Amino acid sequence: MLHFQKWKVILVSAVVLAGFIFAAPNLIPASALQGLPNWIPHKQVNLGLDLQGGAHLLYRIDEKELVEDWLGTIRGDVREALRSSRIGYVDLAQNVSARSVSVRIRKAEDVDKAYSELRKLAAPVGNDVFGGFSGNDLEVTKTGDKITLTATEVGLNDRISSAIQASIETIRRRVDAFGTTEPSIQREGRNRILVQVPGVSDVQRLKGLIGETGKLEFKLVDPSANAAEIALSKKVPPGDELLYSEDEPPIPYVLKDRVMVSGENLVDSQPGFDSRTGEPVVHFRFDAAGSKRFGRATQDNVGLPFAIVLDNKVISAPVIREPILGGTGQISGNFSVQEANDLSVLLRSGALPAKLTVIEERTVGASLGADSIDSGKKAAVVGMILVVAFMFAAYGLFGLFANMALLVNVALIFAVLSLMGATLTLPGIAGIVLVIGIAVDANVLINERIREEIRAGKSPIAAVDSGYSRALIAIIDSNVTTLIAVLVLFWLGSGPVRGFAVTLTIGILASMFTAVTVTRMMVAAWLRWKRPKELPL
Amino acid sequence: MFRGITFIPPDTKIDFVGQRAITWFVSAFLTIVPLVLVATVGLNMGIDFQGGTLIEVKTKDNPANLADIRGKITGLGLGEVQIQEFGAPDEVLIRIASQPTEEEQQASIAKVKGALGDSVEYRRTEIVGPTISSELIAGGTLAVVVAMIGIMIYVWFRFEWQFAVAAIASLVHDVTATIGLYALLQLEFNVSSIAAILTIIGYSLNDKVVIFDRIRENLRKYKRLPLVDLLDRSINEMLSRAVLTHVTTFLAMLPFLFFGGEAIYGFAVAMCFGIVVGAYSSIFVASPMQLILGVQREAFSGSPSATKDKSEAAARA
Repeated sequence: MLHFQKWKVILVSAVVLAGFIFAAPNLIPASALQGLPNWIPHKQVNLGLDLQGGAHLLYRIDEKELVEDWLGTIRGDVREALRSSRIGYVDLAQNVSARSVSVRIRKAEDVDKAYSELRKLAAPVGNDVFGGFSGNDLEVTKTGDKITLTATEVGLNDRISSAIQASIETIRRRVDAFGTTEPSIQREGRNRILVQVPGVSDVQRLKGLIGETGKLEFKLVDPSANAAEIALSKKVPPGDELLYSEDEPPIPYVLKDRVMVSGENLVDSQPGFDSRTGEPVVHFRFDAAGSKRFGRATQDNVGLPFAIVLDNKVISAPVIREPILGGTGQISGNFSVQEANDLSVLLRSGALPAKLTVIEERTVGASLGADSIDSGKKAAVVGMILVVAFMFAAYGLFGLFANMALLVNVALIFAVLSLMGATLTLPGIAGIVLVIGIAVDANVLINERIREEIRAGKSPIAAVDSGYSRALIAIIDSNVTTLIAVLVLFWLGSGPVRGFAVTLTIGILASMFTAVTVTRMMVAAWLRWKRPKELPL
Repeated sequence: MFRGITFIPPDTKIDFVGQRAITWFVSAFLTIVPLVLVATVGLNMGIDFQGGTLIEVKTKDNPANLADIRGKITGLGLGEVQIQEFGAPDEVLIRIASQPTEEEQQASIAKVKGALGDSVEYRRTEIVGPTISSELIAGGTLAVVVAMIGIMIYVWFRFEWQFAVAAIASLVHDVTATIGLYALLQLEFNVSSIAAILTIIGYSLNDKVVIFDRIRENLRKYKRLPLVDLLDRSINEMLSRAVLTHVTTFLAMLPFLFFGGEAIYGFAVAMCFGIVVGAYSSIFVASPMQLILGVQREAFSGSPSATKDKSEAAARA
């Protein structure tokens, strides 16, 4: 009992020392930490959104829209394929709920040829990690003269995955433009994206920026149509469409269906000011193909208005004064400076592949976060003082040993949290306090056991020895059962609750080290030093 | 040298298990009444499980003019709206019932912000859509069940099946009693309540395992002692430890009730209650259950030759 191997002492002391060193940065304000030399650890505990304020937004991508878009593409491909092999067809139709496109072949002798042509449309879906084959994205079947192309589950999953990936990229560009630090954007489950932005104050604006699809189109206004009349009668001429502006009340526009140029051809957009009027505008630039198309379209339609359409809303409909050949232009629309800025971000970041809906939102203001830190700190400190005082009252010197181990335990929790980059939440602070209770329990078990052994007439050293070894079984069993419950909590929870599970897990593991090994070493050193006749217990 | 105060004398001889006729009644009361409360009064379900919108605001006037806020918001046609003071006189919690679709839910918050304008500071906004709330209910229930099963397997493996059954029975007792507290005080029942319940399960079990450990030890030590006396002896031996442990953990949690702030208040109430209930059930539910289940002494009193015995092997591991 009294003798510890040297390497063990060194190892334990090293762990304790490392605990204090890596926990220390949390005591220093971040600003003061900047000025310190590099060899000093700088990592502090990350604060959860509930403590530093921020937004937690869970989005769901519109699967139906993805399916519709995909079926639209398939329909186009079918038309193209049959046309190029000169096969006559009728009844080309899509069925969203069955996720299929069907077509009937006019001549019976063409059916086999059409079937083999259409089968070529099915592409294998690769497993991107191993390059393995997991099936085709389309299943092509024929019954009589009817050929049906059905989107497979594998294909759909692949589509959703790539749409989510693209959305995450787009959202990242948009949130980055917002200028906040360390946003986290990640996929959740099959069709969701979790966006966490710490420290953001204007959540409404953030949501506007993220959730906007951002599909930009340039279309010609149909000069022969009377928009006001058509808006009333809803009789839109073929090849045209009726869209509205965002004004109050909305102004109707009748536009040609065909897209002159779309946002995909945009290479850059920047906020700026109109050189004549000084009002905020967005400058944009097309790529080569876009410039050419835009140039040709404006050349042919000088004197006529065209519309700039964002997500099916007309932003503005200027008249083409002269052909725009350079591939650059500006969008004006009575913007404020911020609106022009946000619009340019939206255009620059590209369009989202499908609509995103917020299905869960949790936002904490910075002031509430600061209040929570204060109250959490206060409660934790008071709790800790009560425990330390009580332990000393109950066990005297041995209580003091336990209290010192407790301090090491808390330092280790902060050190591990800082090093892992884990997040501390308000429930996490409560978790630390609970760990204090559990860690102290180990020492209570040990000390009570030592008291029993003394009463059984053992010598101080023997009593301490068997006190520790006998209490250990109960300590391990009881901590493992607590850990089982906590791990379930980690698996279930998100955000604050998960933070609670993390601190509790780290704390319980650390407590087995501090409450058992560290106190034992202290007690042994004291016994060697004092050689007491009886224990102060 | 200061030896510390002996709060509980070492040689107590309280017949805890002997009083089981009374304590069974108390335990049954603590298990059944909560169920009745939940069935009649009901739980104050938070938006986590019900869906809906929650907005916490700090008003510029102190105290807040609740009537004025209510007037502005009830006119918006958002269905059921609850407005109450929250923590401080100038802080107000607004709860809006779930809207049919997620889009309408988003619109509802914009409407409220439009109606209240800059007269308040928005401290917290939570919107939980119908998909998420049903997932959270399923997830929360599953978590409690999975934790119980995991614990049961571990206790069964380390002790005997009787101990596992006794542990689960007392955990069910603790969980229903805690849920009953939520119903009685009408505390908001949400995801952090599930966290509290899981923590209570873990902590309360911690305590039971310590007593089980002593029962196991005494079963080996006193082969002739009647089971009732053996259980009482085990509890009495662990009494000092039990009291000290629960007092320290309780002392650690208690400040959260007073200084922890509104965000964690419900959690702290449940935890403090859970510590007490867990301590009760260790002594008055988990231990006397052994009498009913009939612990097999042979499982623990095996001679060294009986190493094939599972529990012996486990105890030595």
